[in-house]
Amino acid sequence: MRVLAQIAMVMNLDKCIGCHTCSVTCKQTWTNRSGMEYVWFNNVETRPGQGYPRRYEDQDKWRGGWELNRRGALKLKSGGRFHALATIFSNPVLPEIKDYYEPWTYEYRNLTDAPLGEDYPVAEPRSLLTGKPMKIEWSSNWDDNLGGGAPGVDADPMVERARDQARDQARGTADRLSREIRATFEETFMFYLPRICEHCLNPACVAACPSGAMYKRAEDGIVLVDQDGCRGWRKCVTGCPYKKVYFNHRTGKAEKCTLCYPRLEVGLPTVCSETCVGRLRYLGVVLYDADKVTAAASTPSEQDLYEAQLGVFLDPSDPDVRRAAERDGVPHDWIEAARRSPVHALISTYRVALPLHPEYRTLPMVWYVPPLSPVVEALAGTGHDGEDAGNLFGAIDTLRIPLEYLAELFTAGDVGPVRAALERLAAMRSYMRSVNLGDPPDCSAVEAVGMTGPGVEDMYRLLAIAKYDERYVIPTAALADARRLEESAVPDGCSLDAAGGPGMGGPGMGGPGPFGDDSGTHNGLPLVTIENFHASRGRQTADTPEPGEEGR
Amino acid sequence: MHTFIWAVLPYVALTLLVAGTIWRYRYDKFGWTTRSSQVYESKLLNIASPAFHYGILFVLVGHVMGLFIPESWTNAVGLKEHGYHLLSLFGGTAAGVLAVAGIALLLYRRRTNTPVFRATTRNDKLMYAVLLAAIVMGMWAKLTNSSVSEGYNYRESIAPWARSLFTLRPDVDAMTGVPLTFQLHAVIGMTLIALVPFTRLIHMFSAPVQYLFRPYVVYRSRTPDTVATRKERRGWERVD
Repeated sequence: MRVLAQIAMVMNLDKCIGCHTCSVTCKQTWTNRSGMEYVWFNNVETRPGQGYPRRYEDQDKWRGGWELNRRGALKLKSGGRFHALATIFSNPVLPEIKDYYEPWTYEYRNLTDAPLGEDYPVAEPRSLLTGKPMKIEWSSNWDDNLGGGAPGVDADPMVERARDQARDQARGTADRLSREIRATFEETFMFYLPRICEHCLNPACVAACPSGAMYKRAEDGIVLVDQDGCRGWRKCVTGCPYKKVYFNHRTGKAEKCTLCYPRLEVGLPTVCSETCVGRLRYLGVVLYDADKVTAAASTPSEQDLYEAQLGVFLDPSDPDVRRAAERDGVPHDWIEAARRSPVHALISTYRVALPLHPEYRTLPMVWYVPPLSPVVEALAGTGHDGEDAGNLFGAIDTLRIPLEYLAELFTAGDVGPVRAALERLAAMRSYMRSVNLGDPPDCSAVEAVGMTGPGVEDMYRLLAIAKYDERYVIPTAALADARRLEESAVPDGCSLDAAGGPGMGGPGMGGPGPFGDDSGTHNGLPLVTIENFHASRGRQTADTPEPGEEGR
Repeated sequence: MHTFIWAVLPYVALTLLVAGTIWRYRYDKFGWTTRSSQVYESKLLNIASPAFHYGILFVLVGHVMGLFIPESWTNAVGLKEHGYHLLSLFGGTAAGVLAVAGIALLLYRRRTNTPVFRATTRNDKLMYAVLLAAIVMGMWAKLTNSSVSEGYNYRESIAPWARSLFTLRPDVDAMTGVPLTFQLHAVIGMTLIALVPFTRLIHMFSAPVQYLFRPYVVYRSRTPDTVATRKERRGWERVD
């Protein structure tokens, strides 16, 4: 067992109202630069829909993620190492900017500079790629709220797959089913899916990078691009099945969601989490066994990948795990944070969160609580009590098609785990309604889904009323590093015993200085400044600069 | 003049190549990229770019063979001058045609596709001019001085000169009497070599061969002195 820590996210889709605040604040923070106009590290998709870039989930076309070769070993769907080098001069399956959308601005000057005339001056759209007038035909959320209707829904690769499966199950009635699916979607079923980089445990983008410029941080699992090492081969863009690595067409380098690591390192949540008005995002530490990652990702059946990934996660309350984590250098406050992690609770304890597209075999680390609201609304629309446990349980199964669609997103088509998660949410709803109305709570529905009354109340608390510091349990890098930083000021060996120092030594010299312990001058030692969470937040949100900062 | 071109210019070009590459590696790692324009246009590039790059790689192999493998060695393994000539004529021409066709298509794409043309810098234009001139001049020199039966044997003149550069005793006399087209090709070639570190051609030195040998997933740790900070780069000092 080799314990590593990962900062992971869970999003509760029931709460997402599709306001795009996360996208906008992320854009303003990270991608409001030229060359990145078309890039949204965070975007919100309406599902069913084509997504951004268009139809990115169609891996037969885009070749993202991993697949198993004939011997059952993992290989990149975009091709092996030799194939990658042989096609390095031109990536055969790279999305063009127009697959995302052509960025534009408006000719605002025309509004003030137009000569006096009969017509009201307009600000024409201008392409940011060509500088010429353009017709705006697509953007990152063009099919928002099912805008464009049935054609957009039909073009959703996951709708196609759910339909194909339905067709396989009932040959001959395919046409009727097809119409039914479409009608069901259009009338009753829609939800929002906010997406960021998944910071996968088995990242295909990192594996695809020929330069070795992409890496997964050992401390917190964040996947980053070394901007000085990237040579612009564009293999990562193809490798990522979620299409969350982007090519900056000005600098010629890949860029991606950083999980706002400068904020996380001082204990602040990511910008998308911080600004989410629905408070639907949870951030926390998950401990996992790095030795099990490859085996889990090579699970033969795609539908077993969800369970396999759960098997990679470790229980931070298990004393053996805690000892192993200490041994493997996971800082103590990170282990404590893992115990209080809302992400661990939603994923492993309550099992209501599911991974997005586990069939890509990247073991993604941004998970989703599937939306129950469309089911409740459909039920209420037919005049039934949408929060009655009996009704809800029946409806989850009857509304087969949404269930199958959700399963295509979250469990590679296996409706079991999706149904179980939705039933837990339904049981929680009816149980808490009884509590709120002062009725004796009916524990049978809760026990039917394998939970207990107090457990449901804990889950309700986490999903419904958890406060800022319960939703974001982030151990700071600074605190975790503090001990190491202090030690680095007085290193293991003599501080002067580096190459070029009077000791001219290196490893092996060690021990006390020339005139006893800690003797000699300490030129060039790193200054240790440990800033705590509150101090840094105070500084970052202050209206006036600190006295010492003025005049810099 | 003769001495300057064949004894000074080569060293100037090589010095610029080596020193320029070191300089660029130290001070412009961020600018060290292929600067790909594939996100603007993919269809033409998918044909033109592999054609050009594979063509130019074969051309490079041909140059290494022709300049740095002495005639006596190929004779020793039984490849006589006429056989070698045919190999270089047909093999070289095939590679050259591939490269020329590729670069022609690439230039057409660069000129006619608006986003690609807008992303073209003056530096790129200079580089394209020299690169195209070097390739065309090389093809011209070879084809105007050859027939199927025999051709100009540069392995008795240019190759010894090129090798003598590396023993630091440039054999200037060997270049006397070389056809003007070959001489022009060599001079343009030296200019191109000098330009490499200062243009996008630098990406040739980052051919990612190490990809074949490393594990798929790369882990890195933060080092204590880089916790959420970064040293400011030369040229980007704070001004306020």
